[in-house]
Amino acid sequence: MQYLWAFLVGGAICVIGQLLIDKTKLTSARILVFFVVAGVILGGVGVYQHLVDFAGAGASVPITGFGNLLAKGVKEEIDRAGVIGILTGGLKATAAGIMAAVVLSFAAALIFQPKSK
Amino acid sequence: MISQQEYQKMVQKSSPKSTTFKNCVKAFVVGGAICVLGQSLYAMYEHFGAQKDLAGSLVAITLIFIAIALTGFGVFDNIVNFAGAGASVPITGFANAVAAPAIEFKKEGFILGVGAKMFIIAGPVIVYGTISSMIVGAIYYFVQK
Repeated sequence: MQYLWAFLVGGAICVIGQLLIDKTKLTSARILVFFVVAGVILGGVGVYQHLVDFAGAGASVPITGFGNLLAKGVKEEIDRAGVIGILTGGLKATAAGIMAAVVLSFAAALIFQPKSK
Repeated sequence: MISQQEYQKMVQKSSPKSTTFKNCVKAFVVGGAICVLGQSLYAMYEHFGAQKDLAGSLVAITLIFIAIALTGFGVFDNIVNFAGAGASVPITGFANAVAAPAIEFKKEGFILGVGAKMFIIAGPVIVYGTISSMIVGAIYYFVQK
């Protein structure tokens, strides 16, 4: 059942992105920024976590889930460490994803050659 | 029989809508499938004893790894051409947005090519994501007090 919800919710979030691409001509960078900030706001007010509890990876794998993780990390770090958490919580929670993307992309740049156009 | 002009009009009328619909179906199916893959990975990591947060991080890392490998082999572009937001909205799209320019701008050197261009899309995502998380954090802090 969890898999079905992951499929439906994850698919639906991607459809919102597709509609934005087709209807508004926003570039993909703008759409990613929009989705992350939307995730932070929905995570900040505590709505997005319900969606994650309900749809699992269907809510956490889309980039809105990255935004939710930023908001969640900030809140948890404030609870744990106080005011400094405002500054440190977001990146702490998302460090694994960002570092993986950076180091693996660097490795890919070492290994692969750009396509000649 | 319909004249060619009428036919063109009909095509013009119906095609933007139907391509949007088709694009949405493809985005839905591929995006959904990537999330199901994420859910399976999550179940697998939990099965091997990972706690909730760790399993979540491992899922993200695995999907990022797959997306970057596919980017390196030049396959990811084809998936995006087919699935649009279905491939670019999940974390795979973020990984691709880092890896693709890193590889592409290798010819401009490792500092200003790979190192700088890596963040051409990821940069704004991180900047606006972290700043909005700080605002959320500040509000949360003062509401709690």
